[in-house]
Amino acid sequence: MSWEVVIGLEVHVQINSKTKAFCGCSTAFGAEPNSQTCPVCLGMPGQLPVLNHIAVDKTILTGLAINATINLESRFDRKNYFYPDLPKGYQITQFSVPLVDGGYLDIASNDGKKRIGITRIHMEEDAGKSMHEGLDAVSHIDLNRSGVPLMEVVSEPDMRSADEAIAYLKQLHQLIRFLDVSGGNMEKGQFRCDANVSVRQFGAPLGTRAELKNLNSFRFIKQGIEYEVIRQIELIEDGGTVVQETRLYDSVKGETRSMRSKEEAHDYRYFPEPDLPPLRISAEEVALIRAGMPELPPQLRQRFEEEYGLSAYDADVLTQTRDLATWYEQLVAAHPKDPKRCANWMANELLGRLNEQGQNISNAPIDAKTLAVLLDRIDDGTISGKIAKDVLDTMIKTGQSADQIIEEKGLKQVSDTGAIDALIKEIIEANPKQVEQYRGGRDKLFGFFVGQVMKATRGQANPSVVNTRLKALL
Amino acid sequence: MAFSSLTCLQQRLDAGETTAVALAQHYLDRIQKYNPGLNAFVDCNVPHVLAQAGASDAYRATHGARLLEGLPIAVKDIFCTSNGPTQCCSKILHNYHAPYDAHVITRLKEAGAVLVGKTNMDEFAMGSSTETSAFGTCRNPWNTATIPGGSSGGSAAAVAAALTPAAIGTDTGGSIRQPAALCGITGLKPTYGRVSRRGIIAFASSLDQAGPMTQTVRDAAMIGAVISGHDPADATSVADAPRVDWLGACESRDMTGLKIGRPREYFIDGMHDGVRASVDAALEQCRKLGAEIIDVSLPHTKYAVAAYYVIAPSEASANLSRYDAVRFGHRCDSPEDLLDMYTRSRDEGFGEEVKRRILTGAFALSSGYYDAYYLKAQQVRTLIRQDFEHAFEHVDVMATPTSPVPAFRIGEKTDDPLTMYLSDVFTIAVNLAGLPALSQPCGMADDLPVGLQWIAPAWQEGAVLSAAAAYEAATAWHRQHPALFTGDAA
Amino acid sequence: MDIDVKKVAMLARIRLTEQETRDLGPQLTSIMAYIEQLAEVDTDGVTATAHPHDAAMPLRADVVSNTNKRDALQKPAPLTESGLYVVPKVIE
Repeated sequence: MSWEVVIGLEVHVQINSKTKAFCGCSTAFGAEPNSQTCPVCLGMPGQLPVLNHIAVDKTILTGLAINATINLESRFDRKNYFYPDLPKGYQITQFSVPLVDGGYLDIASNDGKKRIGITRIHMEEDAGKSMHEGLDAVSHIDLNRSGVPLMEVVSEPDMRSADEAIAYLKQLHQLIRFLDVSGGNMEKGQFRCDANVSVRQFGAPLGTRAELKNLNSFRFIKQGIEYEVIRQIELIEDGGTVVQETRLYDSVKGETRSMRSKEEAHDYRYFPEPDLPPLRISAEEVALIRAGMPELPPQLRQRFEEEYGLSAYDADVLTQTRDLATWYEQLVAAHPKDPKRCANWMANELLGRLNEQGQNISNAPIDAKTLAVLLDRIDDGTISGKIAKDVLDTMIKTGQSADQIIEEKGLKQVSDTGAIDALIKEIIEANPKQVEQYRGGRDKLFGFFVGQVMKATRGQANPSVVNTRLKALL
Repeated sequence: MAFSSLTCLQQRLDAGETTAVALAQHYLDRIQKYNPGLNAFVDCNVPHVLAQAGASDAYRATHGARLLEGLPIAVKDIFCTSNGPTQCCSKILHNYHAPYDAHVITRLKEAGAVLVGKTNMDEFAMGSSTETSAFGTCRNPWNTATIPGGSSGGSAAAVAAALTPAAIGTDTGGSIRQPAALCGITGLKPTYGRVSRRGIIAFASSLDQAGPMTQTVRDAAMIGAVISGHDPADATSVADAPRVDWLGACESRDMTGLKIGRPREYFIDGMHDGVRASVDAALEQCRKLGAEIIDVSLPHTKYAVAAYYVIAPSEASANLSRYDAVRFGHRCDSPEDLLDMYTRSRDEGFGEEVKRRILTGAFALSSGYYDAYYLKAQQVRTLIRQDFEHAFEHVDVMATPTSPVPAFRIGEKTDDPLTMYLSDVFTIAVNLAGLPALSQPCGMADDLPVGLQWIAPAWQEGAVLSAAAAYEAATAWHRQHPALFTGDAA
Repeated sequence: MDIDVKKVAMLARIRLTEQETRDLGPQLTSIMAYIEQLAEVDTDGVTATAHPHDAAMPLRADVVSNTNKRDALQKPAPLTESGLYVVPKVIE
C-alpha cells in the first residue's frame, strides 16, 4: 500500500517585547522565579488586562510578510482550563476572529518550490512554568513567563514529509528573526512547535490526526514526525485505527506516547473576553507598518544575486539574518568596486572567524567600514591577500584597524622593483641547480622561486611584482 | 446629625461646626450600637478610621478641603483595599488582604474621604438579598425580619440606618438599585465604562459597574464626580466619555418640557399593588412638575432575565476560576493530589449560590451548547439595547419601578433560585444595555420603602440626576427614616 | 433537558456531595428551562453584543512599569518555597 503523510504545524512564537502582553512586567529571560510578576499576570482578584501595543504591531508585520489579510477588527476570547501555571484559569487568546487570516510561505521541496498555506496568526498570552524534576510529591510554579506575548502561527495541512515540515519551520524561523518579531531561540522556548500528523492512502480523505507536543528542536521535530508516521502506518496495517489525541515526544527514547490524562476530554468553553473590547486597527496603521517592513530574505537573495553577482550560496548565507544583510550592504557601500570580493571575505573569512569565537555579526568587534579598509589595502597593493587574512585575525582579536596593524607589525608589502630584483638575483645564485632545471623546461619550479622570495620577505613582497620580475630575470 | 446628607455634613465641616474625627466617631458609635442587629458591616477597623479622619482634619487645616474631605464613606466588600481584609463575603477569600487599592478607593482617598469599613454583600455579588454572604444575612433597617436586597445589601442597610452617610456598591443586574429601593435610599448605577472596574472583584465583567448609595440625589452626584473618569488600566473604561455636570444636574427643580417614557413592560401583572400605586403617584407628581409622560415599549424586556442568566454566570464561571488555591485563597487541608486540591478547595470555599452560577455558566458555555445559549443571549442583548435606543428617540428619560415587590422576608426565596432571580426583572435590562440608572425612594408599601427607577441613554447621568433631583425636591420620601435607628447612639 | 451535573462540576473543578448533585440537577434544569425561552426570539441576522458600548481597545506602550514585589504578592499564597508556588504534583 502506498501512504501519504499529511502534516500541519502550530508554532508558538514569543513576540519580542520588553513587557508582557497585558501588564508592565518585564519579559527578560532567566530572572529569579516569580520576580517578574504583578497582580495582573498572577490573576489576582480585580486586576484587568491592557494589551501591549508592540505585540499588535509585530503580529501585523508578520502577517504582512506572509501575504496575509490583516483583520481590521479582531477579538480576544477566553480559553478555559485549569492548570497551576495558568493563573486566571483561562488563557486570553484570539479564537473567533484572529488578527491575521490566510497567508503562505514558499519553501524549497524535492519537487521544486512549494507553497505552504498559513491559516491564521493569532495573539495570545503564555502560561507559566511547572517544575517537577527532583521533586517528590509536589510541583513548583514559576509565573515569570505567565502573560508573555505569543503569536500562534497555524499552517494548513500542506506538508507531505518531515523534511517539508522542517523546511517550512526554518523558513518561518528565519522570517520572524528577520523581522525582529522574535528572538526565535528554541532553547528559551521562543519558538515552539506542535505538529498535527496523519496518514492516508493517496487520494483518500484526511486520516485521523495525532497532535505531537514537546518537539523542542528541529531535530526532534523531524524525528518525532518520522516516528509518528511509522507508528500510524503500522497501526493501520495491523488493522488498528488512529485515535485523535495528544502525544508527547520523548527525545530520550525517540518515540511518541499518548498523554493519557485522568480527566475527561478538554472542553475549553471559549467565549469573548469581556475585559477587552474589540481590537481595531486602521488601514493607515497597517500601511505604516507595511512601509516600515524590511526587504525579506527571498527578495534580498534575488537582489544580491542580480545586483552584486553573488553565487546562490553566498546570497543565501548573507541573507540569513537582517543584521548580516545590512552589514554586507554597508561593506559594499564602503568598498563598492568588488561586491563579490566583499561577499567572499565576509561569508568565508569574517563569519568563519566570528563563529570560532562564538560571536556573530551583531556583536562583531569590527564594523563594515573597518573591513572595507582591509580590502582597500589589498587593492592598493599595501598587503597581499594572504597577509590580509593574518591582519583580519588580529583585527578581530584586538578591534584595531587594518592600517594600525600593518603599521605596527611592519607588514607593508614590498613592491619596489629594485629591492625585489636584488633578492631574486641572490636566490638565483644560491640555487643554480633549480635554475638550470627550470630553464631546461621544468615550469613547475617557478612556484619554488616565488616561495623563496616570499620566504625571504616574510610574505610581504607584492606577488604580481615578484611574478613579473622572476619571469624577466630567470 | 445621624441622617444628615453628605451635602449637609460637608457644609458643617466647611463651617467648622464639626471635624472629620468627630464625624467618624459619631458613625463609629452608631456602627457599634446598631451593626450587631443589622450585620451591615463585615469589617470596621476603628483606629484606622480615626487615623484617616485625623489626617483629613490636618489636610483641611493646611491645604483646604478636597471634594469629599472628611466625609465618612463605606465600601462594599468587593472593592480591593490595601488596608484590611477584602473577602467578597466568601470563605474562599477568608482573610485575604489585597496588595493594592481599587481605582475607586484611590479616587475616594485622593478626595479626602474617610473609609469607614467594608459592607456585607451576597457572596461574589451573586444574589438579590444579601443572604448568600459568608458572614451571614444582613437585615433591612425598616423591618429586620426582611432582607435589605442585594447584592449591595450591606451598603444599603448601612446608609438607611445611618451607620454611614454614604456607601459604594456595585451593580451587575441591579445590585445597587434594588437594595437602594428596598432600603429607601438613593442608588446610582453609572453608564458601563464610566467608573473603572480595576480592583473590583469581578462577577460579570461586561455588566459590573460601581456607584454611590446615598441619602440624596446630590450626595450621589458628589461621589459620582469623584469616582468616575478614565483609567488606562481598565480597557473598558472609556477615555472620551461625554462629561457630566454632576452637581449642576442636581440643581434642577422643575420638569417642564421633560419627556418621561413609561415602558409598558415594566408595569406587569403580579407586581405588588403598593409598588404600582407608589410609582403611578410618582409619575403623577412628575406631570405636575411639568413633565410629559409618554407610553413607550421595550418589547424584549421579558427576555432580559433569561439572557442575563446566561451571560452573567458564563462570565462569572471564568472569572472565578482564579480561585484555585495556588496563589491566594482557601486551600483544603492535605490535598491528595492536584485534582483533589482544586475540587475540594473550591467546594469548601464557595457557597451554594456561587456554585450554582458557576455550574450554570460552565454548562451554557460547554461544547455543543454555546450557540443555543451564549450566542443567543448575546443576540437578545443586542435587541434589548436596540429597544432602548428606539424608545429614547421619543423620550429623554424613562421611569419605572425598581423592584416589583418591596423587601421580602428572610428565607422566603432561598429555596427557589429562579424566583429570586426574577426579583431583578426591572433592573437587569439596564445592565445588559450598559445604561445609567438611578433608584430613589418614592413611597411605602406594607410599611416598606418603594423605589422609583430612572433610566437615561448612555453617558447621560446628568439626565437621571436632573429628573431625580427635581422629584426629590418636590417630595419627602427621602427624608423618611426607619424608626428603629432614629435615636442617636448613647 | 438532562444536565450531567457531575461532568459540569468537573469542568468547573468543584467537588459536589451526593446530596448537592441531587439538588443541583433539578435546579439547573429549571434554570435552563427558563432560559430556553430565548429560543422564541427571532435573532436571524442579529449581531451579538459582547460589550455594551461600541468602544475599541486601548493599547499600552511597551514600557516596563513593574518592579519585583514577589514577597508582598506571595503573602496570600497557601504554600511557597524559595519564591515558587507549591502545588501537589502535576502529572503530565
